[in-house]
Amino acid sequence: MSSPLPAEYADTSSWSYHIDQRYYDELARQCALLREDWPSAGTDEIVRVQSFLTREARLIDEGRFNDWLEHFTDDCLYWVPVTAGGGDPTTEVSHAFDDRRRLTDRVYWLRTGLAFSQIPASRTRRVIGNVETTVDPATGEQLVRSNVVVHEFRAGVTKTYPGWYGHVLRKTEGGWRIKLKQINLLDSDQIHENLTLVF
Amino acid sequence: MTLQRDSLSGIPVPSRTDYAALVREDRVHRTLYTDPAVFAEEMVKVFGGRSWVYLAHESQLPEPNSFLSVRMGLRPVIVTRDRKGSLHAVFNRCSHRAATLCREESGVAKSFQCPYHGWTFRNTGELVGTPWPQGYGEDFDRAEHGLHKVARVESYRGFVFGTLNESAPSVVDWLGPAAGWLDYWIDRAPQGEIVVRSAANRMGYRGNWKLAYDNAGDGYHPAFSHRSLLEMASRMGTSKDMAYFGVSPDEGLMRTYMLGNGHSVIDQRPNYDGPGSFWANQRPQPGRERFEEKIRAEHGDDADRLLDLAIGSQINLNIFPNLLIIGNQVQVIEPLGVERTQLTWHATTVGGVPSEVNTMRMRTQEDFPSFGEPDDQANFEEVQRGLAAPEAEWVLMNRGLGVPGWQEVGPDGVVSSRATDELHMRRYYAAWQEMMSEDTTR
Ligand code: FES
Ligand SMILES: [Fe+2]
Repeated sequence: MSSPLPAEYADTSSWSYHIDQRYYDELARQCALLREDWPSAGTDEIVRVQSFLTREARLIDEGRFNDWLEHFTDDCLYWVPVTAGGGDPTTEVSHAFDDRRRLTDRVYWLRTGLAFSQIPASRTRRVIGNVETTVDPATGEQLVRSNVVVHEFRAGVTKTYPGWYGHVLRKTEGGWRIKLKQINLLDSDQIHENLTLVF
Repeated sequence: MTLQRDSLSGIPVPSRTDYAALVREDRVHRTLYTDPAVFAEEMVKVFGGRSWVYLAHESQLPEPNSFLSVRMGLRPVIVTRDRKGSLHAVFNRCSHRAATLCREESGVAKSFQCPYHGWTFRNTGELVGTPWPQGYGEDFDRAEHGLHKVARVESYRGFVFGTLNESAPSVVDWLGPAAGWLDYWIDRAPQGEIVVRSAANRMGYRGNWKLAYDNAGDGYHPAFSHRSLLEMASRMGTSKDMAYFGVSPDEGLMRTYMLGNGHSVIDQRPNYDGPGSFWANQRPQPGRERFEEKIRAEHGDDADRLLDLAIGSQINLNIFPNLLIIGNQVQVIEPLGVERTQLTWHATTVGGVPSEVNTMRMRTQEDFPSFGEPDDQANFEEVQRGLAAPEAEWVLMNRGLGVPGWQEVGPDGVVSSRATDELHMRRYYAAWQEMMSEDTTR
């Protein structure tokens, strides 16, 4: 986090003191970077980010949401905008705009066993490709862009969600952590039945 | 009552056109949710016929010559402003051979040229050009071939309604007491104006459109259908808004009011007390703590009012057949087929407040579409599946019926009852039945 939080707000799974105008400005800056053309990355770099994405995908597809949550930073954002590519979250609603607290809520909600939109639970499998990566010169964070197709089966119906991911990964002692995961569905602004699956 | 055989089960069912037999005082027949013929008739008579239908909000048509593509039932419709700013609604259907003219969702256009053979229409509907007109006989009169118009279009404080009924009452008369509730909702905004330009959650479910309308006035379901959300809200120890639905929702002052013509409202405000109470009871959303600190530091005594504006209105206002006001959202019911419906949740902002208030409004408006509404819609889909059993014919709406002390007539003549009374369904079905029984053949 850019500046340390007051001690009483340090636990971002309970408090959301850090989301302010500066947070939105930084989000807009990194989202713009995620849409730019990048120089091609080296094979090693691609393989490393790819295996991170693959592992993250498997945690979701296996329903290991608590493990998945641990891969996010304290100031993370899990974001499914209505306007693919982002739009302006200060004046537009999203399908999901989850800071650490709301993402913790989401995982808790999925696991209450009372969310009827997830009874039965979605079975998902996703395929990720077209991976590109570069480094944000301002923060040193790893920017990753990929295409994704999520296949979902739930309550007798199979659905397909194509789109692209924008990831911002931050290096920590335990390896990369997800600071931003932006999920841009191809038809994000159109009708969707039951978007309670995890992207 | 006429009886006929259900073609699949052989069970006698009331005749499909005898709506008096299908809508009883305490129950309605399952076929009202499953029969494609009933649906087809509704699309003509309920989303057309003599009623008003919600089409759009004026803020979605911000300048002269703005247009917006909507549906009126299944009819594709373009709502337009002419160059002077007046509102019109025309069928998005070329008078030549029926192609839609406009394939954009919104924009600015003085005229529409049909992409098929190039006929051109003004945004008010007049036909102004047919390529190579020499190919038409002398008796061809352009004036006869304008776009089909929605007979009347009227706005009530920004809410634009259309009707195909030339002799319909004015919108304000048709809204009746619902207008006053809409006033409350609009006048929460310091400048008395709501802006509907903040994206929308377009949700869909595999079920009949009336399942959404049934639910919109249903104070019985939250404790059960929204258990996941209530449970999630207690993750951090404090139970937050809507928890009052779980503990004897009939004991408190929260009531449901019948507003005529199928309109109704549930007033949750008695569960709150005074400025700042909406805010205090809201589940925490992203950015809440810093936002509150800033607003309190900068606005002193006025802070509670501003904080409350980031939170929903605490009324659920239902305007038959397709407009639902919930929280800070404008929700529109869009039937797509007898067993398929789109529910569009348009997010709103207001003027005259610091921009952070509107940003917090975005975050609060994401909460229910994420963690509340999907569970309801899952239940709607499961109702639709349950309705597939032909032998179990009836859907009940008898809660509160004949229970002493529940219904009351207020000084304004408005009937109200306890929050879980299914009076809302009984009243709107009476209006529905009247519309559906009307002979619209001319
Ligand atoms: S269908 Fe429009 S010009 Fe022919
Ligand atoms: Fe509900």
